[in-house]
Amino acid sequence: MNTSAKTNMPSSMVSVGGGESRTSKATNNVKMRAKDVKVFYGDTQAINGIDIDIYENEVLAFIGPSGCGKSTFLRCLNRMNDTIDICRVEGEITLDQKDIYAPDRDVVLLRAQVGIVFQKPNPFPKSIYENIAYGPRLHGLAKRKAELDDIVESSLRRAGLWEEVKDRLDQPGTGLSGGQQQRLCIARTIAVSPDIILMDEPCSALDPIATGKVEQLIDELSESYTIVMVTHNMQQAARVADRTAFFHMGDLIEVDSTDTIFTNPQNQRTHDYITGRYG
Amino acid sequence: MSITIEQRRQHRLMTIEKSLSTRHRKERRFRRLGLAAVIVGMTLVATLFASILMRGLPAFWQATFYMELYFDPEVIQVEDKPQQASGESQAEFNQRFAAWQTQVGLVNWQSLIDAALQETLDEEIEPRQLRDLRALLSSNERFTLRNKFVEDPSLLGQTIEVKMLASANVDVWIKGNIDRDLADARQQLSAQTRAWADQLYDAGVIRNAFSTSLFLNTDSRSAPASAGLAGAFMGSLFMMVIVIALSVPLGVASAVYLEEFAPKNRLTDIIEININNLAAVPSIVFGLLGASIFIGYLGLPLSAPLVGGLVLTLMTLPTIIIATRASLRSIPPSIRQAALGIGASKVQTVFHHVLPIALPGILTGSILGVAQALGETAPLLLIGMNAFVANVPSTPFEQSAALPVQIYLWQGNELRNFFEARTSAAIIVLLALMLSLNALAIWLRKKFETRW
Repeated sequence: MNTSAKTNMPSSMVSVGGGESRTSKATNNVKMRAKDVKVFYGDTQAINGIDIDIYENEVLAFIGPSGCGKSTFLRCLNRMNDTIDICRVEGEITLDQKDIYAPDRDVVLLRAQVGIVFQKPNPFPKSIYENIAYGPRLHGLAKRKAELDDIVESSLRRAGLWEEVKDRLDQPGTGLSGGQQQRLCIARTIAVSPDIILMDEPCSALDPIATGKVEQLIDELSESYTIVMVTHNMQQAARVADRTAFFHMGDLIEVDSTDTIFTNPQNQRTHDYITGRYG
Repeated sequence: MSITIEQRRQHRLMTIEKSLSTRHRKERRFRRLGLAAVIVGMTLVATLFASILMRGLPAFWQATFYMELYFDPEVIQVEDKPQQASGESQAEFNQRFAAWQTQVGLVNWQSLIDAALQETLDEEIEPRQLRDLRALLSSNERFTLRNKFVEDPSLLGQTIEVKMLASANVDVWIKGNIDRDLADARQQLSAQTRAWADQLYDAGVIRNAFSTSLFLNTDSRSAPASAGLAGAFMGSLFMMVIVIALSVPLGVASAVYLEEFAPKNRLTDIIEININNLAAVPSIVFGLLGASIFIGYLGLPLSAPLVGGLVLTLMTLPTIIIATRASLRSIPPSIRQAALGIGASKVQTVFHHVLPIALPGILTGSILGVAQALGETAPLLLIGMNAFVANVPSTPFEQSAALPVQIYLWQGNELRNFFEARTSAAIIVLLALMLSLNALAIWLRKKFETRW
């Protein structure tokens, strides 16, 4: 289904190693780095100072009980929290060694580099084609119609949706099934060629079959993208993530390779959560 | 064991069944009440429309004379209509033409009409009967005749069939809008005139013809039969254009700014409360405001559609702002996040995604606001639009009437039994205008509706 994505990939990026559950493409280059990040909603502190490195081409999963701040932290990484009036972010987050909260930083450019896929599929109430073409057109990535058509097709192919929708690109994106909509949203995100894709519980609104497809897609996308995902589903983290970070009450408790987190956690609270004592 | 599990189960089921029947009864009662409310409402609306239509529709047809008229050269003794000679300046020609028009104006056109009536009645009319004779026709028909001749001087010496409005009183008499058995002293027409009217009606000279004057003429006091809505219609049209041109962009822009861009703080809270309060301010207060600011301070003309439009704009703005904000607020935040997430700026998000989806709601709100403004009378009274203006305005700066004010003026006219129908006819015109605006709103809503 995704042969084109695989053949297009530079051969240098195919590095084998890491966990048993999947073939990791992660490198040791730090793509994003968070230093002492604190987030406040009005007077309430939601994140209590988090330090974490995100490596190029890795799949990093955030797990933890509800309200632990994992989504909040994820949304700091492309400044989606800016849209919430009462939200305030302290500390430093860098992308390729550059502070993303610097005053001269253009948030539009940042979000073109760090794309996001939301929990609930949210296609625009426009045609499938327009859903994908909107981002590239917005950023002037395609000069001519043919280029735009190419971007639309390759994005849909990479999202594994092309075969299903190629004959009805002019139909509304909202008419697709839930799983197809979510893959459409992923295609929409990769159409602007970001470096990093954030995913906020991308499968929580999907049935098991659609979830399986999206997980397979994440695996394939990690060849060319860095992926940071929030998930409620620990099996999902175990299946797709190179590394897993456990959040609790606004603190980052532990981050390590997924195998270590699930088989030999260093922290008691991680252990309790993994074994189902709470959460 | 005295109570078995089976008995308990039976008991539980009975309890639920009992509560069910009360619930069903309540639901039925509520549904019937709702239906009754709808029926009462519909009946009232139907009664309103029926009574307006019953009174107003006959006014669209008016007693009209169709008779032969001889353009007698003995009476019309004027020079030939001047033509612009080569080498003659425009000013010289205009002067010559004006002189000719004065000559034409001095012709005794009434005597031509008198003669035509005399011919049609086939009777010798004594001079003392002239007054009764002239009461048959609308008093300004002699000017209509003059204008016809100015248009086409070749009519001189010809006999043609002319169409002339009967006087308002004849119209009332023919249509039976006055009690025919009233004593002579209480009748508006003399016995002779009434007899002639009946005679001519039977002869088919007076017919009920579709009244173009209702649409083409302005209001008139000297010749009520020819009173029309043209001036009021144009006045209302100008005001509507001004209201749409000003209040829709201003209102939508303010709503978009307040809803999408403004920070949420005390100041914006105060602004929001005040907009909501403004929507509830009685319209006559806006009239006062307009009178003092636009007329008193800025010195804009009295009775002009421009000022009326400005006042109605003030009145409509809060309605449009509230409707637009409600429409924007109903857009799911996920759409905004989706656009922001792929790097659209806030302005792009609003203009590419939020506004297009909100458009049907905004349009509906705006058009209903404009329709409300169109029917507003009170603020117009305060800026002098209740003045009697017999003029079709060609610009919004000229004095003008307005449809709702015209209805108000006509319903107070002393010639009751003629203007009662005229008033209802004007209401029908106003309602037709409103209904077409509302139909437009529905059509736009359907056209731009987003299918999810």
